[in-house]
This record gives sequence, C-alpha cells and structure tokens, in this order.
Amino acid sequence: MSDVEAIVRAVLAELGRQGQEPDPAGRPSASDGGPEAGGEGLRLDLPDLATPEARRVSGLPDPADPEALAGLLETTTARLGVGRAGPRPRTRSLLLFQADHGVTQDAIHGEVDEAVKEGLGLFTVDTEVADGEEYLLRPDLGRRLSAEAKATIAERCVARPQVQIVAAAGLSAAAINHNLPQLYPVLEQGLRDRGLRLGTPFFIERARVGVINDVGEALDADVVVILIGERPGLGIPDAMSAYLGWRPRGGKTDAHRDLLCMITDRGGVNPLEAGAYVAEVVATTLAHEASGVELRRLLGGD
Amino acid sequence: MRYRATLHGQAFTFGSVREVLAKASEAKSGDAMLGIAADSALERIAARYVLSELPLRELRANPVIAYEDDEVTRVIEDSLNEAIFAEIASWTVGELREHILSHDSTGEEVLRLSRGLTSEMIAGVAKLMSNMDLVYGAQQLRVTATAQTTLGRPGTMSFRLQPNHPTDNVEGILATVMEGLSYGSGDAIIGINPAEDSVARTAELMERTDAFMRHWRIPTQSCVLSHIGTQMEAVERGAPVGVLFQSIAGTEETNTSFGVDAALLREAADLIARKGVAPGPNLLYFETGQGSEMASDSDHGVDEMTLEARTYGFARPFAPFMVNNVSGFIGPETLYDGKQIIRACLEDHFMGKLHGLPMGMAPCYTNHTNADQNDQETATMLLAMAGACYYMGIPMGDDVMLSYQDTGLHDDATLRELLGLRPTPEFEAWLEQLGVLRDGRLGPNAGDPTIFLRYEPEELLDLSRPRAQATVEARR
Repeated sequence: MSDVEAIVRAVLAELGRQGQEPDPAGRPSASDGGPEAGGEGLRLDLPDLATPEARRVSGLPDPADPEALAGLLETTTARLGVGRAGPRPRTRSLLLFQADHGVTQDAIHGEVDEAVKEGLGLFTVDTEVADGEEYLLRPDLGRRLSAEAKATIAERCVARPQVQIVAAAGLSAAAINHNLPQLYPVLEQGLRDRGLRLGTPFFIERARVGVINDVGEALDADVVVILIGERPGLGIPDAMSAYLGWRPRGGKTDAHRDLLCMITDRGGVNPLEAGAYVAEVVATTLAHEASGVELRRLLGGD
Repeated sequence: MRYRATLHGQAFTFGSVREVLAKASEAKSGDAMLGIAADSALERIAARYVLSELPLRELRANPVIAYEDDEVTRVIEDSLNEAIFAEIASWTVGELREHILSHDSTGEEVLRLSRGLTSEMIAGVAKLMSNMDLVYGAQQLRVTATAQTTLGRPGTMSFRLQPNHPTDNVEGILATVMEGLSYGSGDAIIGINPAEDSVARTAELMERTDAFMRHWRIPTQSCVLSHIGTQMEAVERGAPVGVLFQSIAGTEETNTSFGVDAALLREAADLIARKGVAPGPNLLYFETGQGSEMASDSDHGVDEMTLEARTYGFARPFAPFMVNNVSGFIGPETLYDGKQIIRACLEDHFMGKLHGLPMGMAPCYTNHTNADQNDQETATMLLAMAGACYYMGIPMGDDVMLSYQDTGLHDDATLRELLGLRPTPEFEAWLEQLGVLRDGRLGPNAGDPTIFLRYEPEELLDLSRPRAQATVEARR
C-alpha cells in the first residue's frame, strides 16, 4: 500500500514539474469537461461520473418513451437504461461500474472513527482475530470474544439486560461511521419508551454476526442486537445490517435470528426508520420469547 | 494407515475416504481454514492417486457422514438405483473418469449410470478432472426440466431475471423486469429475492409479478425467494406463483440452520403441485454453494466440494426445475480469489449435471474477495461452453439488494450471440414480436424498457395466437 502511495506521490511531483497538475481550484473547463484544443495540446478535465445526477443520465439514444424512462430510473438504484454497443455495455457504463468497484476496494480496509464511538459512549473489545487478513480468512475467530473481552464486559456491563446492543465494523467501517450516529439514538429511545431494561452498549473489533452468542452468554441477555457493517455493494461502501436473536447462546445460528439489511441513505433503508423498526422487532421478540424461524412460526408466517 | 501411495520417493498415507477426498481437492481457502486440506502439493496428488484406485463400492460403504447421523446421507443412499450401482460397483474412480470422457459413452448413457452414483463418487471423479475435463465431461450431459416452460433443451440458453430492489419497491422491481426483458432475459424464471422475509411482502411480489406476466403474455414462470415456509404460507392464502425456492446444503445440520428438511421440501412440492400456477412436473428451485456448511459451523470436517456434491444428491429425488450455485457468494474464507471461484464453478456445474440436475450457474463474487468482473466473465464463458442450462440476468451484473456481482443482462445477450444459442422457443417468439430479438441477435427495441410503458400488449404482440398461459387461466 505504501509503495503505491509513494508511486502516486512521485507521479504527482513529476506532473507538477511539467506544470500539468490538476487545477487546485477545480475550475471546470470551458467546454463542460470535453476535450479542449489549446496551444499546449489536448487538455482534459472530466466531470465525476459517479454523482447521483450523472448516474441518472440515460445511455439510450432513442427510447420509445423518454419521459417514462426518467420515471423508471427514479424507482431503483439498479443500473437501468444504460443502452448498449452491440450486445455489450456502453463505455460510460463500463467505466462507472469499474469506478464503483474501485472505490469499494479502496474503502474496504477503513477504520471506525473514534469520535463516533465516543459520541455514543461505546467502549471497545476484541475477538480472537489478530489482523485484517485473518478477519477475512477466519470468520470462526470473529465469532468468539477474546478472554480479555469477556473480562472487560463482565466488569463494565450491566448483567442480565432485556436488550443488549453491540456494534461492529464487520466488512465496512463506513457503515458504522455514516449510519450508527443516526440509528442508535432512535433505537435506544424506542426501547426505553417501551420500558425495556437496556444493557451497556459496546463496540467489538473484527467481529462476525455470530459473536452475539458469546455476548448473550457473557451477559445472560434476553435479546442481543448487533449493528454491523455489511460487505460493501458496488459503489455503496456504507450499508449496515441489524441482526438480533432471542437468548443467543452457543450453537444458535442464523435460523434463530432476525435481520434488517441494507441500512443506508444511499438507496436503502433510512437509518432513522431502521432504528424504529428494530425497536419494534425487539419488542415482538420479547413478547413471544422467540426469534428467527421460530418467531415466524409463532406469528403464523407473518 | 488405511491407504498408502508413493510419489517421487515419498510415501503418503491416508486414514479414511473422507481424508482422501479432502486432500485430493484443488486448493481452497475454506478447506485450509478447517485444517483438512493437503499439506503439500505432492500430498494433494498422492491423495488423487489413491482416489483414482478406490473402487466405487468403497466410497459407497464410507459416506463422509454416517447414515444414522445425517439426513442428507440417508436421502442420497435411499434414492440410489441398486441395479445400476451393481453394474459399476467394482469400477475405480479413475475408470469412471475415463468412461465419462470416452467417445464410447453417450451423455444419455452417463446420465443413466449416474443413478447408481452416490455424491461422494461424483465428487471423487470431479476431483480427478482438470478444468477442461470438467467442461468436456459436462457438455454431453443434457438435462431438461419443465414448470410452465421447458429449460435445458439443446440449442437453448436461458436466464433467470433477478430484479432485486434494496427496499422491495414494487415499481422499481417491475422497472428492472422491463429492463431485463428488453435484453431477452427471463426465460428461465423471473425470480425476486425480497429484502424483507414476510408473507405479506412475498404475496404482494407474487401477485404483482404474475399480473405483469399475464398482461404481457410472458411465456415463463416466476418465483419469490423468501424462506420456503413464507412462500408456502403466501401460496396457501392464494398468491399466484409457479415455482417455490429454497437454499439447501450438504449436511442435515446446515439444512436445519436454514430452517429446512426433507419433510418440509416434500410438503412444499405437494403444495405447489396442487396450488401453483405452473403445470410442472418440476416446480422447485434450489440454490446451493460451496462453503455454506462451514459458514454455519456444520461441515463435520468434510471438504466444501464434497459437501456441495452431497447437496445435489439431496436435491436429486425432488426433481427440481432449477438448481444453481452461488459459490462465490460467501467470500474469501471459502474461495479466496478469482482462480478458486472459477474452479469451483466448473466443479459444481459438472457435479450437478452428473447428478442429473437442471444445473444453472451464478458465477459471482463479493467485494471483499480478490476477484473482479473479469473473473466473473471468464467463468461465465467457460460455463457456457460446458453447457449450463441458465445464468442470472442482473442490470450490469450489480445486485443492488444482495450486494454482490453476477452475470449481467448484456452478458446474457452476448453469450447467446457468441455461441449461437437461443432462448426457450416460446420466449424467443415473444421477444421477436416485441422487436427485442431478431434472428437470435438483439433487435431494434433491445435495451429499451419503455416499450412496456409506451405500448399496450396488443400493439406489439400477435394476440390471435393461442395465449401461452391459457390452460393455466382456465384452471384458475
């Protein structure tokens, strides 16, 4: 990584010597980003392909109903109306796709802001995972709290809560940075309004969803909610999921859990609404003393 | 020591069939995580050497999980054809490989023999195959299945239109359906993964999709991929759908974690045969993938490829309409990079076809894996050569709900053009009338979803023809 940065710095320095560095004021070129013939030869200053507006530019030269096409594009973040070159994607859509994958690759190893954790009063514990590479290759270790974490929790947390909330970066620190500050207060208020006894929330480094079994056991909690960064979608590096389970203990699996996914402002479930919804699911879980497949069975499929 | 082989002067020993199978696999991060992979490159080949000399009866006698301990083993064992097994029980796995690849055996003959093969035997023979072996061996295996229309006919290549939306917005889902149809995708099925697993949402998606299909006389079938129990409840309440979906796996314990077992699948098959809108006889859709067992800690120390084969063995007696695998979906802990994903795709397609299943493929990857769309396209082209029945069709390959990348709508059209393959015949005739397809290539209206909004069906379709779904409507 540092090699790449060094190369980039060297290239920028070289460009600077040649008087070709990007205009620091970001001034657009006269022809709206198009090529511009000048005395020094071709210069380019291309506008961002990845803005919400640029994404909504149709690639269809002659749609049967242009107005209807604009309407269709409003309904989804899927890549519609992109047009084609023979059977293949047009150049612009291909490059946007590659840019969206690129930003995801660059973002995947990000860190959660300490300010976000402090703002919500979260302390941090870890799992048995040693580093980022091991986190990707050994999900089993990410499902286990370290011995130190268990000791810290025992010392700092309220025991036997009705609802224990934990947060984890998972595969996207940006998901926590962008969504947790919005979702958490709504969720907490929603639970307090229902008169529920809350545990002491905390943050878990390099955790997987299954870590809630260890959390549930360590604190003897009735319901554990984990707010965790999802693996990034194309161009959406910040989606968060909420998983929760009734009395999560060793051996419980996803079949025992409920899930709300794709919590993000970028075309997913709004984090404020998500907070209210999760509070409601927690209440339902406590009322029926069940979650996952069992809860669906009790509710007659609903 | 039970089995021993010597290579380059080094002796290697193996204690069980399960160990031989695990160590004979190509390198996979999942098997390494479990500590069951070969310790060296030469040990891997020694395991294959032993495997090649094992008689098929030895594999049958030693399922990787015991009969009394596991429902998947019982389903595989109890559905085996004893007469056919008796014909080949003394063959070695190496001989089976050569028989499959030989010019002396036809695809029909191989599919007949497959009724005498357990999933461990099928995994074993696939482990002895190189990538080109897997493509060549699978290409001759033609499997068809019928719900409303028929998949897998020679000369056809079909696609599941996958119009997912992050919040299940029905207008957004239908917009994507229109986009997909305008690229000729959707003849395998229109299959929606809902973000919310509820009966109300599932029923709504079934109803709106069915209404759109009826309005436009689309000759295909539909499915909503919530939990099968949720779908069954929606169907019980009268929601119109042709095919029921469920994810399955290669151990009883994993299936339990999915909330499913053989009895539930039998109940589902019975329900959809009585209340579904498609005549069948193949009305179930299964999804599978290498590594799902270890992801839920229920792998019993068996390698991910053998467990995938067992998943197909579990599926076989249910005569599904579609089976596809999403082996790149879980992430780098099961398949580390593009090379491992491509290999797994070729293995899975071959193993599924050799089980006699209508195998489709979802060569895919997630953004935390060391793979990109070039790997995805490479896998898709190889699988097309191998003869997969169908692929996914997603706008630009980007699933905005499930957050992974798969086959794109443009790729669907390109593959058909590259290989001279066509949609199902009734779907092709429908696309021709819409101007989406002209003589097998994309036509003047291709890529334009607004034709479904600008025109009424009678302006584009020849409605004097018999309606594709007339029989179903009469029944309702």
